[in-house]
Amino acid sequence: MERIKTIETRNLCESVCSGGCGECQTSCQSACKTSCGVANQPCENQNRK
Amino acid sequence: MHHQYKLNGYNIVLDTCSGAVHLVDDVAYDIIGLYQDHTPEEITGIILEKYPDRADVTREDIAACIEDVTALKEHNQLFTPDTYEPIAGEYKNRSNVVKALCLHVAHTCNLNCSYCFASQGKYHGERALMTYEVGKQAIDFLVAHSGTRRNLEVDFFGGEPLMNWEVVKQLVAYARSIEQEKGKNFRFTLTTNGVLLDDEVTEFCNREMHNVVLSLDGRKEVHDRFRKDYAGRGSYDVVVPKFQRFVEKRGDKSYYIRGTFTHYNTDFTNDIFHMADLGFTELSMEPVVCDPSDPCALTREDLPVLYEQYEILAKEMLRRHREGRPFTFYHYILDLKNGPCIYKRITGCGSGTEYMAVTPWGELFPCHQFVGEQAYSLGNIWDGVTNTAVQEEFRSCNAYSRPECKDCWARLYCSGGCAANSFHATGSIKGVYEYGCELFKKRIECAIMLQAALSAEE
Repeated sequence: MERIKTIETRNLCESVCSGGCGECQTSCQSACKTSCGVANQPCENQNRK
Repeated sequence: MHHQYKLNGYNIVLDTCSGAVHLVDDVAYDIIGLYQDHTPEEITGIILEKYPDRADVTREDIAACIEDVTALKEHNQLFTPDTYEPIAGEYKNRSNVVKALCLHVAHTCNLNCSYCFASQGKYHGERALMTYEVGKQAIDFLVAHSGTRRNLEVDFFGGEPLMNWEVVKQLVAYARSIEQEKGKNFRFTLTTNGVLLDDEVTEFCNREMHNVVLSLDGRKEVHDRFRKDYAGRGSYDVVVPKFQRFVEKRGDKSYYIRGTFTHYNTDFTNDIFHMADLGFTELSMEPVVCDPSDPCALTREDLPVLYEQYEILAKEMLRRHREGRPFTFYHYILDLKNGPCIYKRITGCGSGTEYMAVTPWGELFPCHQFVGEQAYSLGNIWDGVTNTAVQEEFRSCNAYSRPECKDCWARLYCSGGCAANSFHATGSIKGVYEYGCELFKKRIECAIMLQAALSAEE
């Protein structure tokens, strides 16, 4: 694709099957204590796709 | 749904539901913008008219680009439909574990910061220190309700937790003593204003604390405006050398220098750069959340200034990265390749269900920001959650529970946002803190630009 460069990202659609282990952080509590984001929290699933 | 924007010379297209990120040129940017509401012939006409003198913009080029966009759509990398809503509620309903507690070990503080959401650590109540017995029961409560979850988080919070340091150490020792037997891995965090930070605390924290959050607002005059002791003296000169010594000994373990900015320092990037210039590399800076009538509250007029500040920050981070002296900004951490799965992104914050705060008296609240709001008292660490109506309200919060989020491109980055922010802004945890949304969206745009730029340079 000449005009479009796709950055490598985790495919959220595929993570429906591989995700949901629940081992990740559950809120902002260990960091800023006021954040409303989740996208910056790391995935803890060793078998992620 | 998709979102496209231009920032720092990059044309960025986000596909909300797949998480895909595309860097495109001007022509593709326009074609993507037109794609859903126009026929290929209409798009071709519009593009040819817009770029009349470009040798590389012919009918064939445009047709090829439209084909590429179609291919992305067919491969669920653009205009991907949202099929997640049915599993949003289901996932949270299925999970009945507690995996994180915020222990309010000290409802008292040795600073008297006027902007403190916790009212100088007292949370609008009495001063108190948590006893070892209460803390131990809290840890037992956490383990008993954690099911098969291995990673358990315990935050030592206040007020100022170092004012109850012996109990903190005893609780860490207790948790470590049962870790193996219970099959758990405790991750401790300490949030401190630094006044009581010494070599002994540093050594212990660097051994035991997974993360340490150090409160610093930035430049001396900014920090000392609010962060004063009870005699009215600013704390900058006391805490900065302690923080520097702490971080020097921290090695590669996690920490954050964390500040709050207010209406008085809307040029907050200067505070972040000041932190970086002091030698700190892991930085967090939060907008104050307070009553709109408070003079330090951020105003509607501040918004464009703050947008610009977030852009300045991202550009400067990129510059420093290229110069080999990078720093991290909490809200710009986005791991595009290995970030959270869709369940995490639709479920949102675990406050009130997976995460609770414990007062010095053992009372449970949905999170640290609800402590003192008696209507939100959930129960206690001996009897468990007894206010199930409130817990169910929190359980039903997810990326789809607010109608305002339905058309928002950022919903899978924030998951519907912070219940406490919603509550404080609207009186309901199902409300929307619009001001926070605006800042959040700007931060995500900047964060993705930063990641995309770094990725493009690799």
